[in-house]
Amino acid sequence: MKLAIVDYGMGNLHSLVGALDYVSNIDVLVSSNIKDLRQADKLILPGVGHFLSAMACIKDLGLDAVLKELVIEEKTPILGICLGMQLLTDSSDEGGYSDGLGFINGRATRFNSNELPVPHVGYNQVNAAVNSRLYDGFGPSPDFYFTHSHQLQSDCSIGQSTCHYGNDFIASFEYENIAGVQFHPELSQTNGLKLLKNFVELF
Amino acid sequence: MALAKRIIPCLDVENGRVVKGVQFVDIRDAGDPVEVAKRYDEQGADEITFLDITATHEGRDTMVHTVERMASQVFIPLTVGGGIRTCDDIRTMLNAGADKVSINSAAVFNPEFVKEAADRFGSQCIVVAIDAKKVSKAGEENRWEIFTHGGRKSTGIDAIEWAQKMVALGAGEILLTSMDQDGVKNGYDLEVTRAISEAVNVPIIASGGVGNLDHLVEGCIEGKADAVLAASIFHFNEYSIPQAKAHMREHGIEVRL
Repeated sequence: MKLAIVDYGMGNLHSLVGALDYVSNIDVLVSSNIKDLRQADKLILPGVGHFLSAMACIKDLGLDAVLKELVIEEKTPILGICLGMQLLTDSSDEGGYSDGLGFINGRATRFNSNELPVPHVGYNQVNAAVNSRLYDGFGPSPDFYFTHSHQLQSDCSIGQSTCHYGNDFIASFEYENIAGVQFHPELSQTNGLKLLKNFVELF
Repeated sequence: MALAKRIIPCLDVENGRVVKGVQFVDIRDAGDPVEVAKRYDEQGADEITFLDITATHEGRDTMVHTVERMASQVFIPLTVGGGIRTCDDIRTMLNAGADKVSINSAAVFNPEFVKEAADRFGSQCIVVAIDAKKVSKAGEENRWEIFTHGGRKSTGIDAIEWAQKMVALGAGEILLTSMDQDGVKNGYDLEVTRAISEAVNVPIIASGGVGNLDHLVEGCIEGKADAVLAASIFHFNEYSIPQAKAHMREHGIEVRL
C-alpha cells in the first residue's frame, strides 16, 4: 500500500510523515510528481498558508486536473488537512475570493469575532459524528490541535463533525472517499495518531 | 467546552543540548532536547518551545537536526525561536519540522520582516516574541517598553503599541516575556499581560517568572493569557504537567487532559 502526500510547496510535512510512519506500515511518499500520485492507493492533501497562493501552486503544477481524475473518477481516498481540507471545497475568501477544487460543497470564510482571538489556536473539542470512520473507536468529543483563521461551512450533508469557537464550524467531513480535517492530526498527540490510523485503515 | 488553555514547556538549547539543566528522575541523558520533549509530550504538554541560544553556525546546523528528530517522534506543535532573522531561516526550520518560529530582535530591527514572513508562511506559524519591562515609576501611569539583548537594552518602544503593530503586520501569536519577572519566580507580570491581551486580537502566551502553579492560574485568569509558558518549574520536577493541569482545572480553567 502506498500513500502519497501531495507536495505543492506549502508547509512542514515532517510531522505528518513521522506520524504516518508511527501508526502504520504504509509506504509514505511526499511528491508533486503526477506519476507518483497516480500510483498511490491513498492521498493526503496537507497545507498551511494562504488559500489563494496554494490554489495557484496546485494549478501551476497541474495537480488540479490530476486530483480531479484520481479523487472524483477513480475514487482514490483522500484526506485534506487544515488548508488542504478547505482546498477540497468550493471556495475561500482568504487573500481575496478564490475557487477551490470543488470536490465537496463548502466555503471558507474568516472568523468574524471581536471577542475571541483569531487565529483559533490550540486544542479544542470536536463533536464527532456518529458512524464516523475518522473517529472510529473515539469517545464523543475528542480534542485536536487547531490553528486557522478561516472556518468552513457547508449547505449539504457531508458527514460533518463540528467544533465550537464563537460559532459552530466544520471540524471535519467524510463523504465517500473524500475526508477532511480542519485540525492537525499530526500535532494532536494520541488522538491525532489514532485518526490518521483510521484514515489509513478504513478509507 | 471552550478552547483549552495551553501549557508550553520551554527548553533553552545550545549546540543541540539542553542548557540550564533539566532533571527527570528516570531520564539518564537529560541533555538531549528530543528526549526531554518526548517526556513532556508523554506528560501531556500541549506544545514545546525550543529557544536556540547557539551562537555558532555549526551549532545552528545541529539545531536543524534536533528539530528533524523531534518532528519524527513528538506529535505536538514545536516552536523554534532564537536567531530567526530571515525568511531563509524560517524556511530551514519549517522544513526541518518546526511548526512555528518565534521572531524576536529581528522584528525590532526590521518590523517589515514580520509582514514578509507572515505573507510567505502564513500568520499561524509566526510568533512574535516581545520582551517587555516596566519603565514607569511608582505612582506614574503604567508604561512598558520593549527591551532587546536579554533585557539589557531599551528600545524606547511602547510595548502595547508594539504588540498592536506586530499583529497588524501579521503575527499569529504573541509570546510575551516580562523581563522584570524572568527567572525570579514571582509570577508573570499580570498587568502587562492583561494590557496586551486586551489590546490585541491574537492569542497571547505568557512567559517569565513562573515559580508555582498559582502563577499559571493567575496568568490565564488575571493576565487573560491564552497559553502559559514555563521552564524551570517543570525541568526540576518541582511540578509535573499533569499536576499543573489539575491545578488549573480546579480553578475553572479549561485544559486538555
